Amino acid sequence: MTTTARRLELGRVGESVKRIDAIPKVTGEFAYSSDLFAAGMLWGHTLRSPHAHALIAEIDISEAVGMTGVHAVLTHADVPGAKTYGLEFPDQPVLAFDRARYFGEPVAIVAAEHPEQARRASEQIKVAYQPLEPVVEPEHATEREPIHEGRPTAGHGFRDDDRPNVVRTIVIRHGDPDAQAEVSVSGVYELGIQDQAFLGPESGLAIPDAEGGVDVYVATQWLHIDRDQVAPCLGLEPEQVRIHLAGVGGAFGGREDLSIQIHAAMLALHTDRPVKMVYNREESFVGHIHRHPAKIWMEHRANRDGKLVNVRAKILLDGGAYASSSAAVTANASAFACGPYAVENALVECTCVYTNNPPCGAMRGFGAVQSCFAHEAQMDKLASELGIDPVELRLRNALAPGDSLPTGQRITGSFPAAEVIRRAAALPVPEPEELPRDPLRLPGGSGNTTRGEGVKRGVGFAVGFKNVCYSEGFDDSTAARVRLTGSGDGLAAEVHCAAAEVGQGVVNVILQTARTELDLDDVVLGSATTSSVGSAGSASASRMTWMAAGAVQLAARAARDELARRGGRLGPGEEIEVERVYHHRPTTPLDPETGQVSGDGAHVAYICAAMRVVAEVDVELGLTRVVWIGTAQDVGKAVNPQAVYGQIEGGTAQGLGLALMEEIQTRDGLITNASFTDYLIPTTLDMPPVDAELVEEPEPDAPYGVKGVGEPPTVVSTAAVVSALRDATGRELTRVPVRPDEIVGLD
Amino acid sequence: MEVLTPRTLDEALRLKAERPDAVPIQGGTDVMVELNFDRARPAALLNLNEVGELRGWSRENGSFLLGAGLTYSEAMETQLAEALPALAEASRTVGGPQIRNRGTVGGNLGTASPAGDALPPLLIGDAEIELASVRGERKVPLTEFLTGPKRNALADDELIVAARVRAAAGPQTFMKVGPRNAMVISVVSLALTVDRERDEVRAAFGSAGPVAGLVTTPLTELDGFAERIAAAARPIDDVRGSAAYRRRALSVLTARAVERCLQ
Repeated sequence: MTTTARRLELGRVGESVKRIDAIPKVTGEFAYSSDLFAAGMLWGHTLRSPHAHALIAEIDISEAVGMTGVHAVLTHADVPGAKTYGLEFPDQPVLAFDRARYFGEPVAIVAAEHPEQARRASEQIKVAYQPLEPVVEPEHATEREPIHEGRPTAGHGFRDDDRPNVVRTIVIRHGDPDAQAEVSVSGVYELGIQDQAFLGPESGLAIPDAEGGVDVYVATQWLHIDRDQVAPCLGLEPEQVRIHLAGVGGAFGGREDLSIQIHAAMLALHTDRPVKMVYNREESFVGHIHRHPAKIWMEHRANRDGKLVNVRAKILLDGGAYASSSAAVTANASAFACGPYAVENALVECTCVYTNNPPCGAMRGFGAVQSCFAHEAQMDKLASELGIDPVELRLRNALAPGDSLPTGQRITGSFPAAEVIRRAAALPVPEPEELPRDPLRLPGGSGNTTRGEGVKRGVGFAVGFKNVCYSEGFDDSTAARVRLTGSGDGLAAEVHCAAAEVGQGVVNVILQTARTELDLDDVVLGSATTSSVGSAGSASASRMTWMAAGAVQLAARAARDELARRGGRLGPGEEIEVERVYHHRPTTPLDPETGQVSGDGAHVAYICAAMRVVAEVDVELGLTRVVWIGTAQDVGKAVNPQAVYGQIEGGTAQGLGLALMEEIQTRDGLITNASFTDYLIPTTLDMPPVDAELVEEPEPDAPYGVKGVGEPPTVVSTAAVVSALRDATGRELTRVPVRPDEIVGLD
Repeated sequence: MEVLTPRTLDEALRLKAERPDAVPIQGGTDVMVELNFDRARPAALLNLNEVGELRGWSRENGSFLLGAGLTYSEAMETQLAEALPALAEASRTVGGPQIRNRGTVGGNLGTASPAGDALPPLLIGDAEIELASVRGERKVPLTEFLTGPKRNALADDELIVAARVRAAAGPQTFMKVGPRNAMVISVVSLALTVDRERDEVRAAFGSAGPVAGLVTTPLTELDGFAERIAAAARPIDDVRGSAAYRRRALSVLTARAVERCLQ
């Protein structure tokens, strides 16, 4: 018998497999959503509010409709169905009526033969605004007039906080929140607004089906929830709206909310022509939600032996003008506020407010990033206060299976926090490089600002964690369909799953799972669409690998069983087709008064990571070069190890960006740096090599023991980078992104 | 939008005289950003990419004549880099390789941004800017050519032909501060030379006032020069940095540049 090596593309679970989209993406042949084309298509354009807060008295479209090439000019009056939508609460207008609540809010839409005609026509729409004083200070939002009439997020089982402009308040009381200890350290921490900064702008194509329905091709993270938001606003049945995944140029949470979907569909149905919409870069910065900026007050009480006794935290999140997923972000920020540490007593209060600042919602790390930055700064401070090594202090307090979170949830699955800490701490730290060296290898990089003058080296460490899958009672199931057909002497399979490939590599996960379960090379993946398979849930919350593998495994095993019943063979023309839905174990809400878990627990499982960072800082100019990053991450089981390393590097870079440079700046609610000229993301000179260790401790409930990998690197890297900067500079550095001013001591 | 593409300088000047509203474009690294972001919709573009007279550089009596179409990549090539090291170092800080292959010194002069990376090196090289129109030619010292933020002395019918720069008469350097280590618009920049022929130090800053500014001092009066530079600057607070930081950084850069060039 001879064996031949399997082709790289045909790998099974656990093998490094070349991504099926790798070559087209690298060579530029991959079709992104902005590349879509249909014969006879029109171009859509959005008119947006120039005000952060204004009443809208009147919208006059009379001049715009008559302009050359213009086929439609639509306002809120033309929305056929529900006037508002939202991921969790329908508080966001399809097109603003009565009032604009943030800078860039859509007010009217235009379809024309040429994008320039659409843009010019939109300039001729006359909107009578009456500007209002914007609510821009989250600390005072609850003292201002409500931005929304009624209380859109009230009555959903949340804590009763009836102050104006509260999206959600969570209070977690655990043990004795007044417990005293031998030492106490406290601090106030702030995070600016981070943007997902995906390279592919919001874009898509809507095509009317001539029967009153519409097909929307769009870059998104969850096809079915898009459909379920779009259809009611169009006044259509869900089956009349089919959402198809177009090439996604990055997501990171920023495509969970709708962008062009309803607008393009409205224009297409109105004109009976295909309509394409593509945001430009500036529009993209106002056209999606951002990471919540936060202010966090924290006190850690501990005994001299380093054991944490009590953590008291107050967290304020600015949700911006609409709820988006703020309520869930609030839950995460509070549930993970104490870090992956066992604490007997805690008091965590977290409030997210509405303001007229840019709307915030999902972004990689989802509330845990903000908390991690604060609790890790506190752990460093405590280590210094106690004279205990920062790694040792973390080990002494590391959460383990059997321990409980401050929400009372017992950790039942895999939770190798101590192991990731030990593995990351054991990675050898590189020796300092000799001087002189190329300025590219010094802080300031190509700016040539130092030959070594003012440069100090620092080493930082941080640990972070978060949950996998949705929580608090949400059943985010995933469906998959497997079709087996007779093919020559053997079999061929086609898999359908609506999981969104957002660059994370889920298409390979699906194929690897199907090939493993069917023991078959000849497996193809159908395109992701609402028209051929049930919901996959969102490519979010580090859940898609787990859930897609679970669903494909179920469907493939059902198909295999059916095949066995038929004697293990399919003749020509014979086929087996099965669809199965995979559910993670159920979760239950938090008690609104105590913040304690009820029933099964609020979360499905946890993932953690530890990271060590070496940085060089020019302390006279406030410039940084991160030299090296070593990390160990709890991944359960690496389905495609190469892709896991990729996620760790990319996620680390995104957290490093928040630590050093990424911030949406605003003035009176208006974004002042909506471009890649002034919203800076790390370049290859800013991002060091990453030594990553995968800690594979299988999750008992999950297929193959997988967990998720996308978020932990982003949760932990912001904290770890700033820890290194503190070590180098001796300064507190309580705000990210860290500004050069703070490093040189100007603030 | 019309695109006019002259083949010679004479033709370009004639077109510019006929169409003073035509916006000159060379690499497009500034103009195209304005167009793409919808901040400008000029009636016409004057595409100078086919005008051979604007390309390259030449040597004249110890000076260098840099064509308006000289790219940053060309300014980094050995011969020019040896004669004008600060300009080469500044060019190295501009964008990524693709931008440096397209962006030109003439574009930097035309845009006249206080953040133009080529401007401080040209200032320490005593640059004169050669302008031409159908009316004739004139030479304007760079210090007079830059009249304000994104404003220069160019008349509506004129084009920038070249910059005449003195070769380095001693060590030079250029430094640029930005919040990331490549591809960044300067928060503050500095070019400095120790001029052994004139026994003076010449320093020019960028992004620290309405225009890039030049400060000189005899070599014998170097004490307190860093503070003098910082005092000469008129920085503002903006999205890229604070005025206080710019002043502080300028003083640090000056001290380091002097030390670097006196070694």
